[in-house]
Amino acid sequence: MKFVDEFRDNQKAQYLQRAIHELAAQLEPTLSRPLQIMEFCGGHTHTIFRYGIEQMLPKSIEMVHGPGCPVCVLPMGRVDDCVTLAERPEVIFTTFGDAMRVPGSRKSLLQARADGADVRMVYSPMDALTLARKHPEREVVFFALGFETTMPSTALTVLQAEREGIKNFSLFCNHITTAPTIKAVLDEPDLMLDGFLAPGHVAMVIGLQPFEFIARDYHKPLVITGFEPLDILQSLWMVLKQFTENRCVVENQYARVVQPTGNQAGLQAIHNVFETREFFELRGLGSIDHSGVSMRANYTPYDAERKFAMPNLTVTDPKDCQCGAVIKGLIKPWECQIFGKKCNPENPMGALMVSSEGACAAYYNHGYTGKAA
Amino acid sequence: MSDKFTGKTITLAHGAGGKAMRDLIDAIFVQTFDNPELSSLEDQARFELADLAQYGNRLAMTTDSYVVDPLFFAGGDIGKLAVTGTVNDLAMSGAVPLYLTCGMMIEEGFPIDDLRRIVQSMKATADAAGVKIVTGDTKVVHKGAVDKLFINTAGVGIIPQGIEINSHRAQIGDVVIINGFVGDHGAAIVDARGELALESTVETDCQALNGLVQAMLATGADIHCLRDATRGGVATVLNEFAQSSGVGIRLKQAALPVREEVRGICELLGLDPLYLANEGKLIAIVAKSDAERVLAAMQAYSAGKDSVIIGEVLAQPVGKVLLQTGFGGERLLDMLVGEQLPRIC
Repeated sequence: MKFVDEFRDNQKAQYLQRAIHELAAQLEPTLSRPLQIMEFCGGHTHTIFRYGIEQMLPKSIEMVHGPGCPVCVLPMGRVDDCVTLAERPEVIFTTFGDAMRVPGSRKSLLQARADGADVRMVYSPMDALTLARKHPEREVVFFALGFETTMPSTALTVLQAEREGIKNFSLFCNHITTAPTIKAVLDEPDLMLDGFLAPGHVAMVIGLQPFEFIARDYHKPLVITGFEPLDILQSLWMVLKQFTENRCVVENQYARVVQPTGNQAGLQAIHNVFETREFFELRGLGSIDHSGVSMRANYTPYDAERKFAMPNLTVTDPKDCQCGAVIKGLIKPWECQIFGKKCNPENPMGALMVSSEGACAAYYNHGYTGKAA
Repeated sequence: MSDKFTGKTITLAHGAGGKAMRDLIDAIFVQTFDNPELSSLEDQARFELADLAQYGNRLAMTTDSYVVDPLFFAGGDIGKLAVTGTVNDLAMSGAVPLYLTCGMMIEEGFPIDDLRRIVQSMKATADAAGVKIVTGDTKVVHKGAVDKLFINTAGVGIIPQGIEINSHRAQIGDVVIINGFVGDHGAAIVDARGELALESTVETDCQALNGLVQAMLATGADIHCLRDATRGGVATVLNEFAQSSGVGIRLKQAALPVREEVRGICELLGLDPLYLANEGKLIAIVAKSDAERVLAAMQAYSAGKDSVIIGEVLAQPVGKVLLQTGFGGERLLDMLVGEQLPRIC
């Protein structure tokens, strides 16, 4: 398939694999422990597992699977709010597919649908707006979720609803921001991370500048990375190259998509509709300053949090969950005390077991249930 | 068609047991399915045991319910599916499928023309597969009690003497064969729901496989395992074989036939063709020494012309499936927990 197969080419993969092993061999004499490189984004985690990339790497490189899966870091209390909204008889609650299974303290959206709530899976916020046009007698709520990648499309949908004067459409806004989340990881006192593969699609929207503090202030090399397996290998090679050359900068591997200044039209739409929250809770990481956005006051009619009475309660994660430590690379998924026991994909206790992009679910599903693997 | 039967939609009267129901059954089912076992209109179909015994020494029996939405899709419809699905479940034991039942649950207001089209499709599919629909049941329920139309078919077939196909018979060194492209049905249903407005159309692979299985058995090869890869797809069937047989299976992604259109739909939605449903694909595990002749017999048969070897049976890891990715890596291929849901990003 054009524009897909080129990025999954087996021979190029072997070439890159050799190049990575060569650089790793150069670095190994200077290392007292394996290099830890975090792929922040759940999309990268998915690619790494799907193509078996970890098995292609030298022992001196460890991938740490970061918090960049918006489904995983969704706090339980917000899922409860979704369920409460969905259970209102006038509401058609619309969501992306993989948010359906995330457990709340009472139930998931899938269970809510089974119990009679009108929950519908959509592929884009515009699909939700179409539903609102079709059902003027109902209230259509879109569950807005994701980092900056998905923000422009939600913002543009709100602007479109305003233009058309559609009154029965609103957002339950749970968008989160990348830089404060990475900063929270970097501020961990026991941090062992050495470098980053940064999310290409976030950078496509926000550009390179918001990532620069990571290289400048925290001295971690960072490469903006695409989502095909060759992208991942090339970016890993680029991070290693920075180590061997004693450089520490933001580099852009995903230049076929990411412009250094981002997408101005997308940023403008985000700026028009959203403003930074003082703090937002992320599952497994706790409350982080400025890590979320809410809707600006002039879009109140489209803000489900203001339109409907919401319980808005915080539900703490189960005590024995160690998602935070896994996300920060302090322990491996299988080193968590409840991994594969109390916590498994059928009955996820922690954030990382929830979505197929979560590190724990990925390890569990791919059979790595012990250190021997 | 019967003159007495002129309505446009199904009403509750058509399921009430009276004259309207009799007219519906006559005009739609009896006339279309048209065989002596059904036309006698007894409460059961009756068979001579001696007639059955000519096919083999064991009876195979199965049932399945069909609730697909939409009812009509590219390359098939719920009626065709209701026949091929049950025929295939019988055929995977090596049985010669003979007789099917047809139970219909119809929502009131259902268009009679659609019902007729579906029943005619069942008849055509049954004829092509060499089976008869010999008894049935019709219920009409209030609006909303079912979604348009649900069909249940049960079937019986006869297993020839000496055939021992069983999911625990996979042995180390065996090879894994599939009879063609993976994921067509699942992709066709996604496409037919019309939510994506795709430019190209994918047709379901919905087809009866009993002829193909008989052609495979006719080679004299000892077929160890056989299963059709319906819900849960190829990944699920291979995991079932690995677990039942206590062996490992290695699947070679590069060998697995997937159509460009199906790959495209999967790429767009973040789905994996290995988990998509098929309705005309079987996975066979045979001894390596039998592989070439079984493969040749399959490729010579229309439902098997794209057959290929896609993997091998290993000693380790017990009960698991390894996927050798086209990229050069290797990973375990697990079963899904629930439904495959599209990813956000």
